[in-house]
Amino acid sequence: MNILVFVKRVPDTESKIRIHHETNTVIEEGLNFIISSNDEYAVEEALRLREAKGGQVTVISVGAEESTTILRKCLAMGADEAVLIKDDLKETYDGLRIAKMITRAVEKKFPHFDLLLFGKQSVGADNAQVPSMVAEMLGLPQANVVTKLEINGTQGTALREIEGAEEKVIFSLPAVVSAQKGLNEPRYETLKGIMAAKKKIIPVMTLEELGLRKEDVAPQVDITKMEMPPARQAGKIIPGPPEEAAKKLAELLRREAKVI
Amino acid sequence: MFLVFIETREGKVKKSSLEALSETKRRAGELGSDVGAALVGTGLECLNPEIFSFGASQIFLLENEQLAPYSSQGYATALHELVKEVNPKAIFFAATAMGRDLAPRLAAKLGVALASDCTKVAVKDGKLEFTRPVYAGKAFLTLTLKSMPQIATLRPNVFPLVEPQNAVGEVRKKEVTIPPGAIKGQVAELLKEKGEEIDVTEADIIVSGGRGMKGPENFALLKELAALIPRSAVGASRSAVDSGWIGHQHQVGQTGKTVSPNLYMAFGISGAIQHLAGMSSSKHIVAVNKDPEAPIFKVADYGIVGDLFQVIPALKAELKKLFE
Repeated sequence: MNILVFVKRVPDTESKIRIHHETNTVIEEGLNFIISSNDEYAVEEALRLREAKGGQVTVISVGAEESTTILRKCLAMGADEAVLIKDDLKETYDGLRIAKMITRAVEKKFPHFDLLLFGKQSVGADNAQVPSMVAEMLGLPQANVVTKLEINGTQGTALREIEGAEEKVIFSLPAVVSAQKGLNEPRYETLKGIMAAKKKIIPVMTLEELGLRKEDVAPQVDITKMEMPPARQAGKIIPGPPEEAAKKLAELLRREAKVI
Repeated sequence: MFLVFIETREGKVKKSSLEALSETKRRAGELGSDVGAALVGTGLECLNPEIFSFGASQIFLLENEQLAPYSSQGYATALHELVKEVNPKAIFFAATAMGRDLAPRLAAKLGVALASDCTKVAVKDGKLEFTRPVYAGKAFLTLTLKSMPQIATLRPNVFPLVEPQNAVGEVRKKEVTIPPGAIKGQVAELLKEKGEEIDVTEADIIVSGGRGMKGPENFALLKELAALIPRSAVGASRSAVDSGWIGHQHQVGQTGKTVSPNLYMAFGISGAIQHLAGMSSSKHIVAVNKDPEAPIFKVADYGIVGDLFQVIPALKAELKKLFE
């Protein structure tokens, strides 16, 4: 199987987000960047499929030079190749332009694939747009937010999470699948893998090489404001022994907050 | 016209779709537009009265036998045909599992950008302005879309329902053409856990447990508590899920789900930054924790410093009285 996995470099979830108010951007100074956790499940699933069925796993990221760090991590996990699509714009929160770049790269450089794997959404922009958009642009079926995946020949079966239930989706390959927590337990890099990944050359594709002009991928999302959520005030601590406190709490929820 | 996609599950309209319809009605009204509601599938007529009562002036029933099971390709094809015909200014979806699967597919078909998971829509200088959380709610973006039509998904549990009116409008049935081979993947089966479980993203009240629950067996206490409260669900922190105490679909936080219920009750959750990001937009927050210094108390409206294994049974007894 020929599998392409798409990964994104994002701020660590333990990070506090600070905002640069003149530019409406996140202040990067002091932030720790990692691979988006949902993408790790996608990489792991690709490696497991390759181990079971043979083939090749290529990991691709769209972003600045710094994204090579997460690509090396994926190589150290066991991916065969890694490629960077170089995009100098910072986070634009516009899934369409990223989907355009990925679609063009797949068509031009990797036309022979069986499966495109993504994380269900980047932990940050939280858009969950790119997998479906790429599927549409390439005319492929999609299964998003997947917690179980089986491939049999040219047919795939996936369980996808919906509200309070799961849907079994059956699709033909090639296809787009996006991974959700629960799909698998991502492996750690081995020391040998880390050493080998260091030596690997990560080719860089520019937008010009993909035949995309600046205006083709100009952001259509115009950010007019970025702000912190309204601060919450600490409320009251209900004193007393547990039975009394619980009784008082139930009363406050009914009479004051009016929520039960 | 403003178009809103109405999602149905097992023959019923999703409440989140009625919320989206309500918001569409409000914003369309501001811009002097009327509201069209689009339903996809078969046998949907019986839902018309409800949809009219929430403010649609036209209902489009997009029908084809092949659209009985959900497929992103089939549904996007049906909606695309309608969009080409009625040329709406804006298209809204509820940001449900289906809405989040389908809206980007339609946006890509139309070649336009999409505002995902919005928590506020406003009209400014005759244009729509969307507000949405990023970094699971650690920050909020206000944005406009340069492309037309404007497409957005609206977060469930955020937009109030309009008061239903006795109203009727025009119903248009459209037979959708699905070219052969256009649907390459579709839903084959719905797998449901026993009982009518409500998802944390849709629940009015969430009772959530963290490391302080001490083990999987104690989540039964939270389930019992939730069983007493209408429209409630059990949530969990990342550490509880990663310890295998409860399924990941219950996880609230930046790597789980972002929720905005009416009431969020945190039991034995200290309040790691990534958890707070996912639940701070709850309307009311209760925290029960042994540690008075736990960060969760900084965002809680009501706190009890104490042993949750004593508080939960007492609270259960109180709620039993209230609901009986």
